[in-house]
Amino acid sequence: MTALDGQDDLEGQFAQWRHYVQRRPELRQSDADELEDHLRDSVDELIAVGLRPDEAFLVAVKRMGGLDDLSREFAREHSERLWKQLVLTGEADSAAADDRSRRDVYAMIICVAGAAMSVKLPALFGMSFEDDPGFYGRNFSLFALPWLAAFLAWRRRAARPVIGILVGLFALGAVAANVYSLADDSQSAVLTGIHLPIALWFAVGLAYVADDLRSTRRRMDFIRFTGEWFVYLSLIAAGGGVLMSLVFGTFKAIGVNPEDFVVQWLLPCGGVSAVVVGGWLVEAKQSVVENMAPVLARLFTPLVTLVMLAFLVAFGVTSAGIDVEREALILFDLLLVVVLGLLLYSISARDPLASPGLFDKLQVALVVSALAIDVLVMVEITGRITEYGTTPNKAAALGENIILLANLTWSAWLVLGFVRRRTPFAALESWQTNYLPVYAVWAWVVALVFPPVFGYL
Amino acid sequence: MRVTKDLVAASATPMVLGILAEGESYGYAILRRINELSGGELDWTEGLLYPLLHRLERLGHVESSWQAVTGERRRKYYRITDSGLAELAEQRRQWDTVVDALKQVWLGTGDLKTLTAIPLEGPA
Repeated sequence: MTALDGQDDLEGQFAQWRHYVQRRPELRQSDADELEDHLRDSVDELIAVGLRPDEAFLVAVKRMGGLDDLSREFAREHSERLWKQLVLTGEADSAAADDRSRRDVYAMIICVAGAAMSVKLPALFGMSFEDDPGFYGRNFSLFALPWLAAFLAWRRRAARPVIGILVGLFALGAVAANVYSLADDSQSAVLTGIHLPIALWFAVGLAYVADDLRSTRRRMDFIRFTGEWFVYLSLIAAGGGVLMSLVFGTFKAIGVNPEDFVVQWLLPCGGVSAVVVGGWLVEAKQSVVENMAPVLARLFTPLVTLVMLAFLVAFGVTSAGIDVEREALILFDLLLVVVLGLLLYSISARDPLASPGLFDKLQVALVVSALAIDVLVMVEITGRITEYGTTPNKAAALGENIILLANLTWSAWLVLGFVRRRTPFAALESWQTNYLPVYAVWAWVVALVFPPVFGYL
Repeated sequence: MRVTKDLVAASATPMVLGILAEGESYGYAILRRINELSGGELDWTEGLLYPLLHRLERLGHVESSWQAVTGERRRKYYRITDSGLAELAEQRRQWDTVVDALKQVWLGTGDLKTLTAIPLEGPA
């Protein structure tokens, strides 16, 4: 072996060692550099006393002690490193990541400003918040979501056709919200108010998966994004509530009534900003904090299952049939949506390769009881439609039930197969991600097609 | 004879500050210097030295910077600060007190060699 070969080998070993060091969260880049320098000194000294390079490397590494011990000592001094931190600007390990996160912050600020501007723009044309609550209600998602989509599309470097489709979808949303002349309290207006944000959220999803439209993993990421975004939005809303009550209290105390400011500016601008900031936070902290939505899903899966089983038992005992108002039917649909959410987030957090466990069996119970409730509700709605005729509300509820029924049935089959080790977990995952467009299409249909079909009822 | 872990840990801060008071240095050189000063009896590990250096830096007793001295690799050098010098003076006073007290105790018990020859109760 020539000396040069030995040197090459040695560099290879250093590279490998560095690779191991960098996987440790306790050790930063600069620590790795410092320790490598130490190791090199140690190796040089050993070579100087006559060891071969590979021997010298082995002895030097051995002398340095196990990486476990070393990391433990570092962790004791730098305990903050184990609390993953949100690095906004500066202090990041690499200049490139730093640069990237700073550009993200700027893009986010631009999008927040845009959202705040678009929510205040109509006021310039005399559409005030108080006089046209219906207009703001219908359009709220159109003030905020395009900017969130813009931020995501920018971050993903979406291709031109995708951007074109996004613009088209949001324009279509504006049509659905404003072109039909619906009375503010009509069924169709309420339905549009519920379904348009959902339809537009899938447009945001398109922006999210812009860099890889067909990927199952990417769609799953969007599901994770949705859950995390919702958690952040709730937190921001809670903080915003505290802020508003502070503004009210403190300004009232000095004899200034802040109501106009709060209602006209803080609430609408803060609301649309929170939508964008929530999305930015999920993107910025992806690797920083553990995901929260799956934790909540795990926590609530047994509880919701219990509630549904209790309901089914009570239903069987009283055998009264679901004698329900419209609101109660919507409540059942909501319950099913919650079940679907629990299922989705449990899937999103699951290691696809792990073998089935107790929690998966619990999921079978969850899905099957949801299916039973879904069938009961469908029977009820169908009965009402044949008895009293169709209304937009009933048609929408029926459609949602059919969609959920189809999903839950096949999910039940797949979860059952998985628990019995017949089907791989990936089948369940791809079934759910491939089903996403169905919801999107239905939401668009209800928002766009229902009003003219039902005569703007 | 090896110095016990507790004693190494207790003396670590004044040792490092003392070495850095001689002039700025880097991790490997500090370890070598400790080895040299103790005749190889002080058993320091990297897991002791580097976190200690980082702690002293956090407390403001030392400053670090990456420097490239000609003919050598880029290295992280540590330099003692004024607050580090003050800390060193304080630690010295404490150690002097301890060492003085120990000396008096040991002189008072007379010849140490005869002491070790007397069988003590229990493990010594």
